[in-house]
Amino acid sequence: MTAIYLDNNATTKVDRAVVDAMIPYFLEQYGNPSSIHSFADGVAKGLKHARQHVQALIGCEHDSEIIFTSCGTEANTTAILSAIKAQPNKKEIITTTVEHPAILAVCEALEKDGYTIHRMPVDRAGRLNLDAYKKLLSDHVALVTVMWANNETGTIFPVAAMAELAHAAGVMFHTDAVQAVGKIPMMLQDTKIDMLSISGHKLHAPKGIGVLYLRRGTRYRPLLRGGHQERGRRAGTENTAAIIGLGKACELALEHIEYENTHVKAMRDRLERGITEQISHCFITGDMNNRLPNTTDIAFEYIEGEAILMLLNKAGIAASSGSACTSGSLEPSHVMRAMDIPYTAAHGTIRFSFSRYNTLHEVDEVLKVMPSVVATLRKLSPYWEGEGPVVHPEQAFKPTFA
Amino acid sequence: MWDYSDKVKEHFFNPKNAGAVVNANATGEVGSISCGDALRLTLKVDENTEIILDAGFQTFGCGSAIASSSVLTEIIKGMTIDEALNVTNQDIANHLEGLPPEKMHCSVMGREALHAAIANYRGEEWQDDHEEGALICKCFAIDAVMIEEMVWANKLRTVEDVTNFTKAGGGCASCHEDIEAILEKVLAEKGEKFDYDAAPTKPAVTPEVKLPLTNLQRIKKIEQVLDSLRPSLMADGGDVELVEVIGNTAYVNMTGACNGCQMAAMTIAGIQQRLMEVLGEFIKVVPASEMSKLVSIGA
Ligand SMILES: Cc1ncc(COP(=O)(O)O)c(C=O)c1O
Repeated sequence: MTAIYLDNNATTKVDRAVVDAMIPYFLEQYGNPSSIHSFADGVAKGLKHARQHVQALIGCEHDSEIIFTSCGTEANTTAILSAIKAQPNKKEIITTTVEHPAILAVCEALEKDGYTIHRMPVDRAGRLNLDAYKKLLSDHVALVTVMWANNETGTIFPVAAMAELAHAAGVMFHTDAVQAVGKIPMMLQDTKIDMLSISGHKLHAPKGIGVLYLRRGTRYRPLLRGGHQERGRRAGTENTAAIIGLGKACELALEHIEYENTHVKAMRDRLERGITEQISHCFITGDMNNRLPNTTDIAFEYIEGEAILMLLNKAGIAASSGSACTSGSLEPSHVMRAMDIPYTAAHGTIRFSFSRYNTLHEVDEVLKVMPSVVATLRKLSPYWEGEGPVVHPEQAFKPTFA
Repeated sequence: MWDYSDKVKEHFFNPKNAGAVVNANATGEVGSISCGDALRLTLKVDENTEIILDAGFQTFGCGSAIASSSVLTEIIKGMTIDEALNVTNQDIANHLEGLPPEKMHCSVMGREALHAAIANYRGEEWQDDHEEGALICKCFAIDAVMIEEMVWANKLRTVEDVTNFTKAGGGCASCHEDIEAILEKVLAEKGEKFDYDAAPTKPAVTPEVKLPLTNLQRIKKIEQVLDSLRPSLMADGGDVELVEVIGNTAYVNMTGACNGCQMAAMTIAGIQQRLMEVLGEFIKVVPASEMSKLVSIGA
């Protein structure tokens, strides 16, 4: 059996068509786009096309609003640092407790420099409270940065509405859309979003290429200064082949966006239903009614995620977990903690994330394996006995905690 | 994913002694709530011989937690409880052919469960003696709690101080930013300010020679250090003798009052610490009695 890849929120396979589009830019058109000779004369045109494909996918008004970066993380860092440098008198940032570390760690560092960071909490379904958000908006706020979709649960935040509110209050709005772009349709020109981050490797382009969308007229300060590349907004010789690849990937993503929201979603739903029907004491985390079509995050109670992943891996199935132990930190995922998922469940969360390469047959294979994986580990668990959890699990097993 | 040894995988995929022992007369339950690992160890101890006849585990935890639990039950079966109390977390890790530094706490949990179970058998209350913090130094597996305690206890002020006292930060140096953050926090608690440019409080341990020592140089230096320690050992009625140096391992004989005494292990640890300080390199001090084992394995 060939291995089954259900970890597409971590990264994706590069589409064959993307690889094919890139190869000439390694071997033939490898000139520097700034040069004036035959090795470079197709490059500038290639970059322009790529920019236009990104533009089309996110529906922004101008292709010059696309700035290529080295990754999603760079786009996020650039957005935050630009907003505070361009508005030196504003010392507050609004974000959420469930952002990716590429946002949270930057905010944490700024906090040490004296900035006030408002981290909005979420409820048990991972949703924000918009009334609380409105109260935070003020003249002191340099930036709101809120992810479009959560990488662990797939929960979608109402960023368009939040950007309207920010705009009305005169506050700049950024969204980390790394997980959302290519999975849900967008039309940025109809929104008040000022900045948006994309990462190529989440949509079948290579790793190490990203985009910062910067609405025309938004005050901006570059992170990297130097050459005139990207109109002086991101210096450094362009990663031409990767940019071409990203352009191709965006073109394909736009073509498949309906497939993503029908077929891919159907696979996800079938897996989810199959698991929750066959296995007791498991539940889906996040906002069930408002999620990415490709993501499901399921908490298996009384067992631990890394152990589940190791058994799945042995069965040829790749997924990921919010468990502490997979990351090497001691804490379970900050997203699970933010949603107040009890720790006996938070450590046992498994994320299955699909792409258009998956098949229904693969879903059925996973459904065949999953019940026995869970049963094997529950048999070892001190919280489990026979067919169910021990009575009052939290009382029956009360370890001395170090 | 983690680079687990084959031994870890073997014990994870085919755990030994899973489940509770029937008619157990010793139970230990420990865990680390933040890491989400928890372990119940049950033992059947022969009340006359105090030999552990059977051991079983139930673990809520990751691959290495399950493997550590499994190997622990294998190690202790057949031991007397006194022998079992000498099993260290390093022994558990060694039986697993090593654990990633982030996972060493799984072996610590195993040892704690064992101590808790034996205390339970003896009708005593087990006191947890260690607190675990976020792992800071991955090279030497040193956590935040340990660093904080050392900063408090020894009035440390610089990253270099911390490295000298705990080894943390002495390897790849990637954690220096985190160590500075700890210094900043602890010093603030003491009403002091962390100064990035401060000179180390304690003289830094600069190795006298930059080149690696030759074995002869190493032996000479070790002799010098032992000579310098000898007076205090002799004051306690003991002595130490260097038997052999192989690579970075020094084999010593503890004689007189030090031989077999409770303090021998501590003394050896102290000698090792001193040797590392003076030689500026990693040195392991091992009783010469261990050498025969080494030779017989080698043969
Ligand atoms: C929501 C989110 N933001 C940012 C990133 C980082 O993107 P990159 O790996 O391109 O730096 C990721 C990827 O893990 C992500 O899921």
